[in-house]
This record gives sequence, C-alpha cells and structure tokens, in this order.
Amino acid sequence: MSSAAIRELRGLPASGGIVAGKCFRPANAALSRKQGTIDEESKAFEQAVAESIRQIVELAGNSDELGAEILEFQELLLGDDEILGPVRKRISAGMSADSAWSEVLKIEIDDYASSDGEYMAARASDLADLRDRVLNAMTANGSGHPPEPTLGDVIVADDIGPSVLIDWADRNLAAGIALGAGSATAHSAIVARSKGLPMAVGISGLEKIRSGAAMLLDGDEGTVMVGAQARLAEIRDTRMAKVEEARRIEAEFATKPARTAPGKPIKVLLNVEDPDDLEKLNPEICGGIGLFRTEFLFMGECLPSEEVQYSAYRRVVEWADGRPVTIRTLDAGGDKPVAGLTVESETNPFLGVRGLRLSLANPEQFRMQLRAISRAAALGPVKAMLPMVTVPSEFAEAEKRLDEALRELEAEGIACAKPALGIMVETPAAALTAAEWPAEFYSIGSNDLVQYVTACARDNPRVAGLADPASPAVLELMRRTVEAGRKRGVEVSICGEMASDPKHIHSLLDVGLDTLSVTAAYAGRVKLAISKFGGGP
Amino acid sequence: MEESMSEDGWVGEEAVITDKLGLHARTAIKLTKLAMKFDSDIQIRSEQRPDWVNAKSPNLVIKLRPPQNSPLYIRASGDDAHDAVEALVGLVARNFRE
Repeated sequence: MSSAAIRELRGLPASGGIVAGKCFRPANAALSRKQGTIDEESKAFEQAVAESIRQIVELAGNSDELGAEILEFQELLLGDDEILGPVRKRISAGMSADSAWSEVLKIEIDDYASSDGEYMAARASDLADLRDRVLNAMTANGSGHPPEPTLGDVIVADDIGPSVLIDWADRNLAAGIALGAGSATAHSAIVARSKGLPMAVGISGLEKIRSGAAMLLDGDEGTVMVGAQARLAEIRDTRMAKVEEARRIEAEFATKPARTAPGKPIKVLLNVEDPDDLEKLNPEICGGIGLFRTEFLFMGECLPSEEVQYSAYRRVVEWADGRPVTIRTLDAGGDKPVAGLTVESETNPFLGVRGLRLSLANPEQFRMQLRAISRAAALGPVKAMLPMVTVPSEFAEAEKRLDEALRELEAEGIACAKPALGIMVETPAAALTAAEWPAEFYSIGSNDLVQYVTACARDNPRVAGLADPASPAVLELMRRTVEAGRKRGVEVSICGEMASDPKHIHSLLDVGLDTLSVTAAYAGRVKLAISKFGGGP
Repeated sequence: MEESMSEDGWVGEEAVITDKLGLHARTAIKLTKLAMKFDSDIQIRSEQRPDWVNAKSPNLVIKLRPPQNSPLYIRASGDDAHDAVEALVGLVARNFRE
C-alpha cells in the first residue's frame, strides 16, 4: 500500500475521542460441538447456564453501577422460565443444546429487533450478548477462552455485547470500538461513554478491515480510517491538536463580550438548572441569567417552602452580582411531572395542564413562589418569566396574583420588589400575538415552540428529522416575536437549546435576536459563532 | 382501587405507572424480582395488549412497556396471592422506590 493511501469509512459518533490502533475482531461463537445424547445435551445446557451466571456475577462484582445493572438484567434472563422452558423442551425433543439455545434466543432477539425504537434495539443487543456467552460456555469446555484484544486495539465488529465490552474496558484491553450496526443509545455506547472510550457506530464497509490492520477511529466524527500506520498517527495528532485548539479558542471567547463580525454587541446569558452549578462558573462569561429553571426545587418528597425557594433564588442573584436574573415560575407538567401537583392520566400532557396553567390551578403553591421571587427582587435586578402561555388573560391573572403577593409582603414588613414580568414564547399562539401582550420581556422557548410548530413530539426519534429548529415556520414566528418586542420597546431573548448550538446561531441573529441564553458549557463556542456572523445590524 | 377476587381464583388490582419512561428496563427488573419472592402465580397486563404475562419473567415484563400514566393490571393466584398483589401494587404506586 502506498503511504498516502488512506481510506475513510463513515458512520455515526457514539462516544467522543480519537484513537489510533490495530484492528481486533472478536471471534464469533463458531460452534464445533458434537451433539451427544439427550441427557448429555441437557446437562451441557444446564452447565453452560450455570457457568454463564457465575461469569456474569463475577463481572458485576467488578463493575460500576451501570455495568452491574446491565449484567443484572442478563443474570435474571438466565433464570427466566419463559426462555429456559422452550430451550429445555427442544433439547428433550432431540435438538442439540446449542441449536436449541440459539433458536429460542433468535426468536426473542428478532422480536426485540423488530419493535420500534432504540430502547428495544438495546435489549436485542443484550440478548445477543447473552446468547454468545452461553454458547461460548458450551463450546469453551476444554478449548479455553476465546481470543481477547490487547491494549491499544480498536474493536471492530458488527455489534458488541455490553457485558463483553464492560469486561474488556475494565481490564484496559480496548482503546476504541467501531461497529457496523449499533446505535448511539445502545448499552454498549453508554458503556463506552462512561469508560471514556471513543466509539463510532453504523459504519459501512467495516468488513474490509483486516484483523491486525492499522486504523484510526474518530468518535467525534463517527469515522474510521485505514492505511499506513505512520500516516494515521499523523492524522490523529493533527485532529487532536485541532480539537485542543478549538477548546482553547472557545475558552478565550467565553470571558469576552460577544460581537458579530461587523461589531454589533450580542448579549449572552446563561441557562441555569441548579444554583450548585454556578459555583464553578465565572460570572464574567455572561451578561446575566436568562433562564433559571425552578423545577429542581420541586423534585423532592414535598413541595418547597417559601424560605427554601427564597434562599435558592438569593444565591443566584448574589452570584450574578448586579447582572439581571430571569427566574421562570414552575414549568411542570408535560415531560416534567411533579408528585402531588401535576395532573395524572392526561392522554396528551404536552397539551395539558402544564407551565403557568398548572401554577394558576394551584394558587397556594404559586403564591409561595411569587412571594419568594419578589423577595429576591429586593436584592438585585430580577425578572419573573411565565411559561406555557397562550392568551393575554393568563398574563393578567398572573400579574394580579403577583400584586397580591407583593401587598402581603409589604403588609408583613418583609423586604420585596416587583420583578419585571414577562412571558416565555413557546406556543404558536403567543408568538403570533406577542405584540398584544403587556409583557415586560419575551423569551423564546425554542424547544417547545419547535415541537408545537412542527407537530413533532420531542421524545419521538421517528419524527426527529421533521423537528427542525431552523425550519422556516419556526424562524418566521421568531421574527414576529422580535418585531413585536422592537415595536413595544421590550427585550426579546431566546433560551431554548437551539441557542446553544453553533450551527443555529446565524439563523437566530438573522431573525434579529440580540440576546441569547445558553448552557454555560457552550458560552465560548456560541460567542465564537457570533463573531463569525457577518449579517447586517 | 379495590382488590377484587374473580370467580376463577385470581386476585386482581391495578396500579398506575407514574415514571415518565413508563415501565422500563430498570423498573421491570425490580418488579420481576419482587414477584419472584412469592409462591403464587403472578401475571400482569398493560392496557395496550390483551394478554396476561408471567410477572416472574423479566423477558416478558420488559416487553410489556406500558407508558407513563397508563394502568398496569396485576393478578395472582395461590396461597400468598393477596400479599403478592398488595406488594406489587405498592411497588408501582411508590414509583418503584424501595
């Protein structure tokens, strides 16, 4: 092979990182068993099951929590009479132990694999893993263990069972995994990420890579390269240097104010889930908190008191040190149930009692939250954001409750201030009528807006391709919201996941947004993307 | 929901799955392990499928996949049927917390 000949095979990223190593192909459980009498076959099967259970228990003992959980499922399956029964029946009828086991497992694996969704595909891979383990136990009697990779090898296979991968990863035998099948949500991919092993899946053409061949696996890109070892090592070093350089530039951008290429300043705020997350963060990377989600306060055994809420809000306001903090009132319901509060048995919870609807239906809980927010507003610039609204009368009702809370606090002599009251624009209705709301600010919640506009459930991978945040329909609604804010002279920002994705930044700036609220870890790369935007003011 | 005894000797009750993932791998395993502690035959059924399945079979339970906010029907037959149903309904009702 000439030194320049490098071939690239494309797949999907499943676990990040870049590694160069030799190709290792796990042996298939090729069978060379000779069938014995019915009694012998039956004994061979029971022994293989017992031996497999022993191996799994031993593996689980050395494994972390995730690994142990996957292994526990497999151990239980080896005690499942609904699986063992049909195998024993086949053996009694004269079938060999390995054929009987393979046949029953094939039915189950096909059943899982034919069901929709990656969840079931992951179960199919658990069962295939188990099938191979038991087959190996039947055939390995006397013939020793199947060959194992050595340190620095890249595992190349159509698919790999999580238990095998856990074992190899724990003993540092695998440097990376390249699969022909598989998915980024399969158990083996979860294992690879938790062990920090680069992994790519769904790669076509893997069968052409010979065992022992030099190869490069790029888990960030989801690709594999084969060719001369020295050249591959060079490519790896270049790519790793590039990744490091990108991280360095992002870190540099993170602490500087963001500007577009022509110099227009763009405000970058942070989305915060839990005040604990702020401790490691430098407030210099942002112009304030654009979204403080309060749901975490409601995940405990009982609903949080006013004091508990106030101390959480106070921490954020103190951290922000004079920068504005937007606190979103409880946004439960939909995919975020809160015990004792959200309505159960709604057939379509995303169109049910969620967000502000839920708060208005629970006056006492809402009153406590509004009191806590108003008290925090006495300590610094605080805004209160109302989620999931569709008609201005909801805003009026919320404002009435806020005024009542303020009157109470004043009467009790407790320090408080009225927070600026605004809405989260996440329904088509709110976006289309934004100009008619007396809101003091608008914040576009793109996650739900995309879901409602494109009619695609967020948790359904089969429609993920249609749920494009940058679809013209979504961008048009954002443009209208920006226009409404401009007319009324109030701030418009966006706080959905879309704003943290560099590839969407240009679309967002293009519709006229100048305030983006992002996940803290992405502040640098968002600011970098902003600096490359050359569009008009 | 009231426990009911049908004519064919099954003790039955229903519980609602509250976990947002529905009954998934981890919770299915907990349910199976609890069911195995009882001598009675125990079966469960989701609203989405008509057939009852053996609650002691992790493979069958995991395939059931009732979604969030849907009922899970539980029935048992045998000496400890009442205790079994009560225990399983309790597990589902407290969202599989041990």
